[in-house]
Amino acid sequence: MNAVGISRRPTVPSTPGGEEQLSRWRHVLDYLRRTPAVPVLGLFVVAGAVTFGDSFFSARNFASMAVASSFLLIISVGMTMVIVSGGIDLSVGSMLALGAVVTAFASRWGSPAAIIAPLVVCTLIGLTQGVLVAVSRMPPFIVTLAGLLFARGLAFKISDNGNTTHIIPEGEWVTSLGQESFLGVGLPAWIAVLVVLLGMGVLNRTRFGFAVYAVGGSEEAATLMGVRVVRVKIALYSIMGLLGGLAGMLVAARSSSGLSTIGAGLELKSIAAVVIGGTLLTGGYGGITGTVAGVLLLGVIENLINQIGTLSSFYQLVASGAFLILVVSAQSLFARRELRRSGEVV
Amino acid sequence: MTAATTTTGPLPSSAVRSFVRGNGVYIALGALVLFNLVATPHFATFRNLQLQLVQVSPVVIVALGMAIVIGTEGIDLSVGAVMALAASMVAIFIDQGPWIAILMALFAGVVAGFLNGSLIAFLKIQPIIATLGLFVAGRGVALAFTNGRLVELFDPTLSAIGQQRLWGIPLPALIAGTLALASSVVMKRTQFGRNVVAIGGNPRGALGAGLPVRRVLLIVYIICAALAAVAGVLVTARSAAADPSFVGLLIELSAITAVVVGGTPLSGGKVRILGTVAGAFLMQLVFSTLIRHDLSDSDARMVQAAIIVAAVYLQRDRNST
Repeated sequence: MNAVGISRRPTVPSTPGGEEQLSRWRHVLDYLRRTPAVPVLGLFVVAGAVTFGDSFFSARNFASMAVASSFLLIISVGMTMVIVSGGIDLSVGSMLALGAVVTAFASRWGSPAAIIAPLVVCTLIGLTQGVLVAVSRMPPFIVTLAGLLFARGLAFKISDNGNTTHIIPEGEWVTSLGQESFLGVGLPAWIAVLVVLLGMGVLNRTRFGFAVYAVGGSEEAATLMGVRVVRVKIALYSIMGLLGGLAGMLVAARSSSGLSTIGAGLELKSIAAVVIGGTLLTGGYGGITGTVAGVLLLGVIENLINQIGTLSSFYQLVASGAFLILVVSAQSLFARRELRRSGEVV
Repeated sequence: MTAATTTTGPLPSSAVRSFVRGNGVYIALGALVLFNLVATPHFATFRNLQLQLVQVSPVVIVALGMAIVIGTEGIDLSVGAVMALAASMVAIFIDQGPWIAILMALFAGVVAGFLNGSLIAFLKIQPIIATLGLFVAGRGVALAFTNGRLVELFDPTLSAIGQQRLWGIPLPALIAGTLALASSVVMKRTQFGRNVVAIGGNPRGALGAGLPVRRVLLIVYIICAALAAVAGVLVTARSAAADPSFVGLLIELSAITAVVVGGTPLSGGKVRILGTVAGAFLMQLVFSTLIRHDLSDSDARMVQAAIIVAAVYLQRDRNST
């Protein structure tokens, strides 16, 4: 049960006898209905297994998909929280690049520096964005758009305008965070799981999480409830920066270098994953489990497209875009029908 | 004399502030022009003016469509991809003659706009997500049409469109100017323009008042994509080549920036066409000023970011979220 029961509790009609078992099933079914990304994900996985057999449905492929999606997942946990609060963050792709570049740059001073520096830098930028949004009341779209430009510019500057790609020195252990595996799955995936669990815990079981939903539902109502809206927003964008830096650090660790051109468009992918997962862009509704399904779905689709192999990269773009439209259309139809039924939306 | 205004000198500070807020973009543009007149060699030449006009025209045209879309509290991320699509259509149909090619490019724009508009108006998908689909897929389609290659075009009519001048003014700039004028008239003097602003300002209210919301939204996205197609044709004409990999790349960023810096709020309800044009000029001038003064790419981005924040900060409404 999460803190804000009102918008998320499914309506369970009372049934005579056998209520315990029936309501548990209903909970599951209602969840699946509200988060269509999950059944769609299941569908795609089954389709992929049937079509491609072992090359898709194998532990090795799943493990590599998990690691490939881990960076997007880390970012999307933060993006979920920001969007639930009614905001948006377009700067995460650039923050990822900045995080990677700073990691590689700072690795000359040792691995601890290589880990802390990107987190600090990106969190500071996130903090600045949060202040501009919360205190100066500027639209998040614009502030984070500027952040996108600024972070990318900074990443370029550290990389000498793209002329230098800093490499992490051989002996530094920070690379193991990106390259080692545990139980056959790369560490970045495990870190992503940790972030997801932490995020879910914060969003669903803390006062802060409650405040995030409240702010997204209605800022005025939240203020009246005693929520410190300004602090919540600043915290959210700072967290977003932190997670962007973390993901960037992991990317650098994995490739042992800090390429300044990575992450372009990642924010849009993240927003897509969050929306596919059932979180409403208007705020106040949604959650991280849906986002996880959304990220995995995007990852599976990409993997399936790769499996087809003969498709040129242009058609891959077309297929990705078409899938996105299809899934979002279906999700929109389902979600609106569900919300209308529970009285949330006119 | 109201008690609210505190006069502390010849100019009440609130009056100054509200003047700056409403006209920030013109002030900034004026300041930048002055700076360039003083500090940049060869700035005040006719040739430079023509160059700037040609370079800014595509952005202006795209920004016009974007401004109208933003007026409905929407957004269109696919404009760059539509430009690429238009370029690829020109490349494919150029053998049938320049006018057929241009027509097909515009048609592609209309189709793209219809797709976006349908997703948003009928399926009620959020504009940022709906146009994201085409943003991803559109360029792929354009690349597929031309097999990923840059296609050189040797058509005299096309080159003429891109490079001819009328009374010294480059044709692309004239086209942009005409479109800007037309947009201004449509937004201010027609029922359609009023509908756009009404929908953006109060979507539920507009619906309740009986406005044809879905039709207006559909038309708005068609207009935006059609204008993007025009910009794509112009860029193709000017460079005498269709390059779907790079045409329109990142132009959605420039267009949105121009619109917002020019005073049109993202929350909809108000569309400032002249401000949008000024915003486009401002961003273009910022970029070329930075280049002329040897600022590196990285510094240029950071300065651009600062300017965007400053411009929007100056124009913010204290009560908006």
